[in-house]
Amino acid sequence: MSAHFIRNALGAAALALSLGAPAVAQAEPLKVGFVYVSPIGEAGWTWQQDIGRRQLEEALGDKVVTQYVEDVPEGADAERVIRDLAQQGNKLIFTTSFGYMNPTLKVAKQFPDVKFVHSTGYKTADNVAVTNARFYEARYLAGIVAGKMTQSNIIGYVGAFPIPEVLQGINAFTRGIRSVNPNAEVRVIWVNSWYDPGKERDAALALMGQGADILTHHTDSTATVQVAEEQGKYAVAYHSDMSKFAPKGQLVAVTHHWGDYFTKAAREVIDGTWKSDMTWGGLKAGMARIEGFGPAVPEDVRALVEEKRQEIIDGKLTPFDAPLKDNTGKVVLESGSLDDDALSRMNYYVEGVAGKLPRK
Amino acid sequence: MLRLERRAQPSRVMAWCSPLLAVALTALIGSVLFMVVGKDPVASLRVFFLEPIRDLRGWSEVGVKVAPLLVIAVGLSICFRANVFNIGAEGQLVVGAIAAGALILHLDDDTNGGALLISLALLAGVAGGMAWAAITALLRDRFHANEILVSLMLVYVAELLLSYLVHGALIDPDGFGFPQSRLFSDGWLLPVVLPGTRLHVGIVLALVAAVAGWLYLTRSFSGFKLQVGGIAPMAARYAGFSSRSSLWISLLVSGGLAGLAGAAEVMGPIGQLTPSISPGYGFAAIIVAFVGRLHPLGVIFSSFIMALFYIGGELSQSRLGMPSAVTGIFQGILLFALLACDVLIHNRLRWSR
Amino acid sequence: MDALAPLIASAMVAGTPLMLAALGLLVNERSGVINLGSEGMMLMGAITAFATTLASGSFTLGFLAGAVVAMLMSGFFAWLTIWLGANQVATGLALSLFGVGASAYLGLPYAGESLQPIQFAVPLLHDIPVLGPALFRHHPLVYGAIALCFVIAWFLMRTRAGLIVRAVGESPTSAHSLGYDVRRIRLACVLFGGACAGLAGAFMSLVYTPLWVEGMVAGRGWIALALTTFATWRPLRVMAGAYLFGGITILTYHMQALGVPIASQLLSMLPYIATVVVLVLISRNAAWIRLNMPASLGKNFNPNA
Repeated sequence: MSAHFIRNALGAAALALSLGAPAVAQAEPLKVGFVYVSPIGEAGWTWQQDIGRRQLEEALGDKVVTQYVEDVPEGADAERVIRDLAQQGNKLIFTTSFGYMNPTLKVAKQFPDVKFVHSTGYKTADNVAVTNARFYEARYLAGIVAGKMTQSNIIGYVGAFPIPEVLQGINAFTRGIRSVNPNAEVRVIWVNSWYDPGKERDAALALMGQGADILTHHTDSTATVQVAEEQGKYAVAYHSDMSKFAPKGQLVAVTHHWGDYFTKAAREVIDGTWKSDMTWGGLKAGMARIEGFGPAVPEDVRALVEEKRQEIIDGKLTPFDAPLKDNTGKVVLESGSLDDDALSRMNYYVEGVAGKLPRK
Repeated sequence: MLRLERRAQPSRVMAWCSPLLAVALTALIGSVLFMVVGKDPVASLRVFFLEPIRDLRGWSEVGVKVAPLLVIAVGLSICFRANVFNIGAEGQLVVGAIAAGALILHLDDDTNGGALLISLALLAGVAGGMAWAAITALLRDRFHANEILVSLMLVYVAELLLSYLVHGALIDPDGFGFPQSRLFSDGWLLPVVLPGTRLHVGIVLALVAAVAGWLYLTRSFSGFKLQVGGIAPMAARYAGFSSRSSLWISLLVSGGLAGLAGAAEVMGPIGQLTPSISPGYGFAAIIVAFVGRLHPLGVIFSSFIMALFYIGGELSQSRLGMPSAVTGIFQGILLFALLACDVLIHNRLRWSR
Repeated sequence: MDALAPLIASAMVAGTPLMLAALGLLVNERSGVINLGSEGMMLMGAITAFATTLASGSFTLGFLAGAVVAMLMSGFFAWLTIWLGANQVATGLALSLFGVGASAYLGLPYAGESLQPIQFAVPLLHDIPVLGPALFRHHPLVYGAIALCFVIAWFLMRTRAGLIVRAVGESPTSAHSLGYDVRRIRLACVLFGGACAGLAGAFMSLVYTPLWVEGMVAGRGWIALALTTFATWRPLRVMAGAYLFGGITILTYHMQALGVPIASQLLSMLPYIATVVVLVLISRNAAWIRLNMPASLGKNFNPNA
């Protein structure tokens, strides 16, 4: 090779390195993937997840690039989608439904350098963290509002499926109600679907037909809240603030906020400090919130809620402090308060809820 | 103006060209749609048609989707040829999965498994699907109840039954109350035929079923009787072919195959019983069966195309930012195109004044 | 029994979209054409109606738009099956598939919107205790659906045009040789069926739950199809079936709310099982059934053959 050539080559290399150097110092943006179980829509579980994703983008700007796949059924398809996101170079992947747990773990094994965060699950791995939010804390507070505001002492709950997370919500809500109104009762209807507004409406009307004057729900659409508004009754919204749909009827909303957690996780991955853990943030972490007080809620009720909210944050109060009885009279807890393990396994109704759950 | 004139004989050339023509037409219409929404048509088509099969793993994933679609469609081809409209394959799939899953959960002790027991579980799945379809057959046979209605209603009943069981009797005791069963231990999972992928032995079973179905229809007297019964019921009756046996055979076969698909799904890619084991395979298979012209070998092609579109639609979300709705639109267009092109088999276009 | 009135009221509302769609399908099928695209047509009707009403403020315009769009879809179906001779079952399925996807796509900007429902009441009658709230506080289309039922029954059984439709369904070749344009008649019936499906879908998104959610029809199109079979193609039985199905669904919710100790999944099976049981009871008499299913259902007819 001629000297001329070598000089040029070295020069080119030096140029390339000097151009490359700032490029290396300003690292490639972190690719973050999201898997959603339903279409994003404009209210509900996935909508709130997506708000979190957008907050992440805003917070970290050009340090991250996000992408998502929505409406991915739980089952065999989930694994393929998760794997594809990993193969595409996403280094942090959020799988946002409990049915994605095993597919996430399977893919995580094959991609040890990708970090996964699974929502509402219970299995972790070195590169799989679990996150959930203590919505039940906010439900308890909402229950206080409902307990104070009900006149018929019957409160209706439209639920999708009797999984522990939904049961935590029902039970905490009931405990909140009973803490201010020991005569009120909660009635539950299971519609066996996350997104069938027609069924939600039918269930809501049935509850109102039975005398409920306040409704709440654990489903993905705004139908329950809207029906309450239409019939001149009250509602507690879930997932998102629905005062737009029920300006008079919404008493308050129990909302999910994932943005801070997502941003923190992404930052940790960028900084290399990410660790797998189980994050179950509640009112204190701001992951579950109570907001959107409606015009009907009087000042003293709001003040009471704020007081109790502070107590929960300070650790002085939990929705499930002993004594805790289920609705057949059996004592579940004699002292202390339910720990996370017991909460995760919740498969009963507390005192104050009418009905029975399918058992083994 | 353009007129359709019936051909004296169905054109064999068109019979072969029609699917290809349909795919081309779909691509054309699809690219127009993509342009309308502001996406690059060539890139979009590439994502839909080529991206899913870009590498070996891609092919294997298509195969994972083909297996249930194919096996159910073979059964439905036989059924629809007999003019028995089994719309409830989805329900038979679910019950087959429940049967296989329940058996496994009962016998699984973490150490056993193996070919014999796996076969037993698969047979349980077949039996479950057959039993569910038998309800439809019985009600039609004894009470003349229309099978479209009965089989469809039973789909919902089956799904609710699955939900009931995974929330209750079959729930994983260590599963923190999640509505899922225990994970089946490795010995009970279907062996993978392509190492490093998820492609399991179900695809082999599906192909075998396709060939068996074809042999049945073309080489067996029973299959012949069944088809005549579907095309010309009066003639069949005159010839002494029992419409009753055709009814039972077609429902039991399609039910059994759907049950097999369900068992293979839970013993393969899913590995447990969950509330959502099928994204509608039983219904998609109806389309696959028709696109394949109710021919057990033809449905191999159509199940491949459908699977390709499912995965292509999924990929277009992450690659192109398209919404999830795009899959259904594309599949619908493909089906329309195919049906339109199939018209050319029996008719030709003519100019006339 | 305070809950009786709300139960009846809800059952009527729940049954209405089923009834509307099923009546349209019935006319469709009486002429010999089976259109499995009802789910897709209902969804397209729903989103079109919703978008139109949101933009224009007029519910009537919304219903009209929904009916027209679904009619256009069924017209496309008619062209493919009646003129091009494509397989009816497959084409209908394609229509559904397409409709589900297209409605989801078109509905994207509308997710999260909602409409203000209007309250209706039949003057005077709505104040009758129990019966008032049960029967007389519904949207006009609920009563319209019932009226349509009787109109179709009268049309099919008592008018000449209805007779011709039935003749086309039973034996298109005979009708053709009598000089009737089988294809045009079938087209008209298919278009009617489409319009009804569109109205049913519009009812869902304008009255039942005045919002748009992807896939909100949630299988009711398929139930409607099943109901025409259940009704053995007789309009009044469609009404019975729709109310039976809707009514039992609502009943199971009331049972849950009362705390009846049966698992919700098992209770939810009741409407489906009940439909099958009633069908079995009706169908036991083989002669009845055969007299009712249009003989040429699903078979294409080519006048030039």
